[in-house]
Amino acid sequence: MEKTVIRAKEFSHFFGSAPALKRISLEIFENEIFGIIGPAGSGKSTFLRALNRLNDLIPGSRTEGMLEIRGRDVNAPGISVVELRRRLGMVFATPVPLPRSIFENVAFGARLAGEKSRGRLTELVADCLKKTALWEEVMDRLDSSALKLSGGQQQRLCLARILALKPEFILLDEPTSGLDPISTMKIEETLRKFRSEYTIILVTNNTKQAARVADRTAFFLDGELVEAERTDKVFSAPSDKRTNDYISGKFG
Amino acid sequence: MTRLERNEKLIRVALLLVAFSAVSILLVITVFIFGEGTPIMFKYGLKKFLFGLDWYPLEKSYGLLPMIIGSLFVTSGALVIGVPLGLACAIVLTEFSSKSLRRILKPVIELLAGIPSVVYGFMGVVILVPFIRDHLGGPGLSVLAASIILGIMILPTIISISIDSLEAVPRSYREGSIALGATRWQTTRMVMFPAAKTGIIASIILGMGRAIGETMAVIMVAGNAAIIPRSFLDPVRTLTSNIALEMGYAAGEHREALFATGVILFVIIMVLNTIANLTSKRNAP
Amino acid sequence: MRVRIDPRAEQQFFRALLWLLTGVTIFILFFIIFYVLKKGLPVVSLEFLTKNPVEMGKAGGIFSTILGTGALTLLAILIASPLGIGSAIYLTEYTRENWVTRVIRFGSECLAGIPSIIFGLFGFIFFVVKLGLGWSLLSGGLTLAFMILPTIIRTSEEAIRSVPYCYREVSFSLGGTRWQTVTRVVLPSALPGIATGIMLGIGRSIGETAAVIFTAGSSLHIPTSLFSSSRTMSVHFYILAREGISMSKAYGTAAVLIVAILAINIVAYTLMNRFMRKYC
Repeated sequence: MEKTVIRAKEFSHFFGSAPALKRISLEIFENEIFGIIGPAGSGKSTFLRALNRLNDLIPGSRTEGMLEIRGRDVNAPGISVVELRRRLGMVFATPVPLPRSIFENVAFGARLAGEKSRGRLTELVADCLKKTALWEEVMDRLDSSALKLSGGQQQRLCLARILALKPEFILLDEPTSGLDPISTMKIEETLRKFRSEYTIILVTNNTKQAARVADRTAFFLDGELVEAERTDKVFSAPSDKRTNDYISGKFG
Repeated sequence: MTRLERNEKLIRVALLLVAFSAVSILLVITVFIFGEGTPIMFKYGLKKFLFGLDWYPLEKSYGLLPMIIGSLFVTSGALVIGVPLGLACAIVLTEFSSKSLRRILKPVIELLAGIPSVVYGFMGVVILVPFIRDHLGGPGLSVLAASIILGIMILPTIISISIDSLEAVPRSYREGSIALGATRWQTTRMVMFPAAKTGIIASIILGMGRAIGETMAVIMVAGNAAIIPRSFLDPVRTLTSNIALEMGYAAGEHREALFATGVILFVIIMVLNTIANLTSKRNAP
Repeated sequence: MRVRIDPRAEQQFFRALLWLLTGVTIFILFFIIFYVLKKGLPVVSLEFLTKNPVEMGKAGGIFSTILGTGALTLLAILIASPLGIGSAIYLTEYTRENWVTRVIRFGSECLAGIPSIIFGLFGFIFFVVKLGLGWSLLSGGLTLAFMILPTIIRTSEEAIRSVPYCYREVSFSLGGTRWQTVTRVVLPSALPGIATGIMLGIGRSIGETAAVIFTAGSSLHIPTSLFSSSRTMSVHFYILAREGISMSKAYGTAAVLIVAILAINIVAYTLMNRFMRKYC
């Protein structure tokens, strides 16, 4: 029985007067990989960032409707945004290693949360790097600069970085758009392994990636949710013509 | 809400207060300078103060005109010397020389801006003043000496900012002009220079502000006689020198008169700065 | 009928003229430095730097003035840096552009344009007289701090703005508060630029005379407390030259001054060039 962990009900998001999301209603289940596809400007990233309230950083940001995580509205007054963001780890399109050592990058989030013990941090960093299959490659140079890693390695580092906070959800915003096919494959493999431990939401502009990896897929267009279904159904027999057009490449 | 999040409000307020420090300091300075200086201006009579020819503080005579004119002459002289040399240098370095030369010389010239004014003044005393005295006449301590020294002092400012303005002009302007058959000089004169006009004017106004506000170097070479100079070989006293020379021993009303001099100086500089700000903003492309 | 000047001849002429003027300019600027160094460096010896002035500076060294300069500059930096960096942080990280930020910037720009003699006047009447601090390191340090504040605000703001936005985004997305983001990500990355501003402030303080002479006084004794009066190298140089006490010592003092200021500015520039690296 699927358990709903994220529920959006008539959720809209405005920047100033311009609507970026229009009355989105969907559910995301525990321990699934939920893919979101759609053309540029369709609101996919906005939705992702609404989950961890990263949109708050943009002046003029405003929401209507309900967006719940495990039954609690993320926009309720008094909510700790800091705790929310620890529970939802986000990986961005361009890998952004901080200008520090590999060790310090992975430990960064934990230090923000107040972890000071070098022993615990060392253990944590090793654990996270092993989970993202980076440990073997960097274990002897943890103190070297993270900027020296390759693109694919950097992205796996960013993934390790969020794991250090022991999140429940992993949000990925076009994570492999700048990576070579082998790195892409490694990351997709890692996501499949993570499914049992985390709930994963993957925004991608590569429909084939969604077809490969996601359990269910949502199609966003112009800020609206067109449909959200099991991936195989979306790609073989979509309910909406627009979905079919996008997937077959008629526009995008 | 975590404790860290609750503290954010406090941090924001604290930083806002800190950010107002510059404005507050400006206000305090303005209040005190005007506070000490304006009463005597009105007690003595504003017209007599600004247009009086006799500055004999020990006899309670506070006419500032010689110093106002002195500042005017010396600043104009500084511009006459500094602007042509400075602009020539800026033009040569951006339009007529290689990029690597510019990359070396520009920082060096900016470095020279850090030389203390007293050193410039000293060079004036040791080299320039005797030269003027021996070859041009007069006591050597003169409007000419002060103008030359000040002109040299404002060169780095004018050069540096003018180079920045010329470099900011889009390359397409220069390339388009050359493509039409113009020589480099014609391009500079008719296209690049007018395009960089705003920045260049700003640099000149900034240089003017520096020249008017300069004290130590002027004291050393200008002669400091409180009379209106008849020729540029005559000694002269500026508003700034007036303050610095007598502040050490002035008391009572005399001291207030020096503050009043400061008020006049302050007003002139504020007006200049406002003009500079307005011209650079109005003409921004 | 208009006379047509051959444009190439015109260019030759002006090119020659401009190069001549440029040569004159550069010559003058370099000449000043070389002349002072040539006459002054021979006077500078270990003794010169470590002994106190004797007979009003006619003999001995400039040790107490070096201490005075150092103490005053240090004080000015300690006061101006938190204020300047804090202002810059507020302007960039904690608010959007609105009338408040415009007022703050206007205040800073006006402050930057005030000539040093006015600072001297203000420092005298406010710190020395009204607050009763007397001619002291404290009066001088506070006055100098106010003078260099706009420089530190401006360079810090530039440095902070040049830190890539994505770094901040990463910190926020990992649950960092704004203050944590500023202190753990933005400031460390902006440090070279901020340091440049501080070095420029130091260079300015060292060369400053008019503001210092009326606030810190001109005592030749080694300063023993914040309330001691003290003479800086610039003031010492000015007094030596103007009162004709000793030309050779004057040159020596000037040489030390110039070397110190050039060294600091060179460090500042190399720092600034190194922080021009960007990411994202």
